[in-house]
Amino acid sequence: MSDAHGAHAHGPTSFWRKYVFSTDHKVIGLQYMITAMVFLMIGFCLMLLMRWQLAWPGAPIPFFGRLFPADLAPNGVMSGEFYNQLGAMHGTIMVFLGIVPFAVGGYGNYVLPLQIGAPDMAFPRLNMASYWLFLVGGVVMLSSFLMPGGAAQSGWTSYPPLAVINPGQTVWLLSMVVIITSSLLGAINFLVTAANMRAPGMTLWRMPVFCWSELVASVLLLLAFPPLEAAAVLELMDRVFHTSFYMPAGLFVLGHPIHVSGGGQPLLWEHLFWFLAHPEVYVLVLPPMGIVAEIIANNTRKPLHGYKTIVWSMIAIGVMSFIVWAHHMFISGMSPALSNFFLVTTMIISVPSVAILTCLIFSLKGGSIRFTTPMLYALAFLPLFGIGGLTGLPLGLTVTDIYLHDTYYVIGHFHFVVVTGSILALLGGTYHWFPKWFGRKMNDTLGKIHFWGSVICMIGVFAPMFPMGLAGASRRLYDPTAQVHNLVVQPLNVVSTVFAYGLFLFQLPFIWNFFHSMFRGEKAEENPWQATTLEWACPSPPPHGNFEKTPHVRRGPYEYSAPGRKTDYWPQGDPA
Amino acid sequence: MNNIYGYGLPVAASTYASKIDFGIWLIHAAMITIFVLWSIFFAYLLIKYRRRPGVPARREEHSGELASLMPDIVVMLFEIGLIVFYAIPVWGKIKMTLPPARDSVLVNVEAEQFAWNVHYPGPDGKFGATKESLIRFSNPIGLDSSDPAAADDVVVANELHLPVGKPALIHLTSLDVIHDFFVPAFRIKQDIVPGMDIPIWITPTRVGHYELACAQLCGFGHSLMRGDVYVQSQADYDAWLKSRAAAKPKTAPATEGF
Repeated sequence: MSDAHGAHAHGPTSFWRKYVFSTDHKVIGLQYMITAMVFLMIGFCLMLLMRWQLAWPGAPIPFFGRLFPADLAPNGVMSGEFYNQLGAMHGTIMVFLGIVPFAVGGYGNYVLPLQIGAPDMAFPRLNMASYWLFLVGGVVMLSSFLMPGGAAQSGWTSYPPLAVINPGQTVWLLSMVVIITSSLLGAINFLVTAANMRAPGMTLWRMPVFCWSELVASVLLLLAFPPLEAAAVLELMDRVFHTSFYMPAGLFVLGHPIHVSGGGQPLLWEHLFWFLAHPEVYVLVLPPMGIVAEIIANNTRKPLHGYKTIVWSMIAIGVMSFIVWAHHMFISGMSPALSNFFLVTTMIISVPSVAILTCLIFSLKGGSIRFTTPMLYALAFLPLFGIGGLTGLPLGLTVTDIYLHDTYYVIGHFHFVVVTGSILALLGGTYHWFPKWFGRKMNDTLGKIHFWGSVICMIGVFAPMFPMGLAGASRRLYDPTAQVHNLVVQPLNVVSTVFAYGLFLFQLPFIWNFFHSMFRGEKAEENPWQATTLEWACPSPPPHGNFEKTPHVRRGPYEYSAPGRKTDYWPQGDPA
Repeated sequence: MNNIYGYGLPVAASTYASKIDFGIWLIHAAMITIFVLWSIFFAYLLIKYRRRPGVPARREEHSGELASLMPDIVVMLFEIGLIVFYAIPVWGKIKMTLPPARDSVLVNVEAEQFAWNVHYPGPDGKFGATKESLIRFSNPIGLDSSDPAAADDVVVANELHLPVGKPALIHLTSLDVIHDFFVPAFRIKQDIVPGMDIPIWITPTRVGHYELACAQLCGFGHSLMRGDVYVQSQADYDAWLKSRAAAKPKTAPATEGF
């Protein structure tokens, strides 16, 4: 297959085919990444509006308040409907349009083919279709703000009957169907590429951890997304054609009976939704773990501790993630006896997760640690992701979840996982691979300012949520001061909001650094980090077709500080 | 009401609240211990193995394999202990057993956007029949006044009165969307799913005024969906129930057309 693709020499020459409607995995990868960063920024800005309302409920939003139509924000004060729209869209955008496309579509597309020595993805046109479907789905999702009744406002979980009777959800569901289709096309492509396009000598056990993480994430996407796609179509039917897949009979909404044939069950949606959404959590987490592993091996100048343990743990997480979903439903009304099963599987899945983290920490032992900018991100990932993991414990345990479920404790927990975990690793990966993408380095000083500012602000935003949750403050409250038991901890909402605005400010040096360095940064050679994996054996940026000649892989991915050699790294493709 | 909420957990006001609190504090003590020890080790590694001129990285060949398994073994033992000796037995007591109805205060709570309709059987101990076709603004649960058992029923909005020290068996239903019955001081939280009748139980242990709040997003007025819980002595509770049953306005006859 790789030979049929032929020489790298004749890439497309027209601007449109080269940079816009490209089938080159590198261009598509960067398109995915930059689009995902834009969506992350949009999702973040929605949250900044919500944080204003949470800290100072009922106060008019400064500057922007007057820009919103009067039904969303009368006199610049956010309405309950608008708050719920922002909340639902924040979650949806961050997960489905931000982190997943960034980690899988972006990094997977750009780095995976290079790391296995392939000239491109297995199905370049499918790859292009996947990106454009994602973009269309994302634009449709955003456009729902302009629809009559506004955007989806039933949470990113879209629980019926609320999601069936509330405005906005139709466009959300249509967009989700498109986004899911895009993800499925991508997942198939990664699996086929990793199975068929590895360079000679690149056995499975010589694949870098990052490739394994993408592989497991692709299997999860491929197997977990179809049930949600079906579930979303059924919910769409409930809304548009008044079927009753999720609707029981005899409902009265604000005093008026709603006429549906009945027989449906809201819990069915919850099961189908979480059957996707839990594996999805691991799609959000595994590729960033892979990125962290790459950066740690490179900057400790020694092989990873327990490479095979890490890989087997990732596979175990992948398998187990399909039978833990109902730990999101301990108090949903499903049979309490069922909860015991999901309690046990949930505790089992923590074992491989701890194993991965342990291996990454032990990898530091004996190293010669370079504190480069990407390494700072990878190192910060370890304790902060650890906090996210540890705080999952009282939520995964049935008894303590009775109290903590749906409180701010949950919000704190999963934001430590996906923000100080996934997003931190994705940013670190950007500093690590930027020289490969553009042939130029990012500015180190700005990188360090961005790092320290972001980490401190992220902790400042999310750490207050743990005491709030312990005090019983519920999530998704438009006006937290309306409930007496929240009043005492309300100052923590202000702390959180102030740090959120700080976090925004500290992204500005990154944005400037990214686009300025793309054109003006210091020139980078082929292998500026003195790394061993194959992506560093082709020019920066790699030409169409990637490698001048097909690499032959002779050793494992992390041969650093091998005895008896002059340099402390031994690239995978170097002749013996 | 304010002095029962603060930083940390609210006052524990039900029989199982202290069991839940025990788990929360135990896990937090363990989490903090693990995190502190781990951070010390992490800091030690970063300082000891920082890059220094002339000191190359050492490849550890098969060293420390057992040591690297230690965190996993510790975490696993801790979790097995939690599951076997804590989670499964306590969960069984709270969620999988119900007090017998004859020894309990019976209450039906029907949630709707954005209010709690609390239905007591009254002094006769029998719930009057309810009919969907009778639901209207003045009769939110559709109580059928032609049923003799309904005559002394008490229906109140956003107020839950319970006697102290006696189990309350509460059946939760919803008229429209998913709600959640959350009383922080009782450490009880249960989703209310339309189309289902979900029973929960509480034995209040402390006289006082607490808050009931909806904890599942139920629409634009979600944050306003709250109620007051009054835990009273048995005598006060009986007096309240009797006064409400007597003061009840006669509901319109069921024959009234739409």
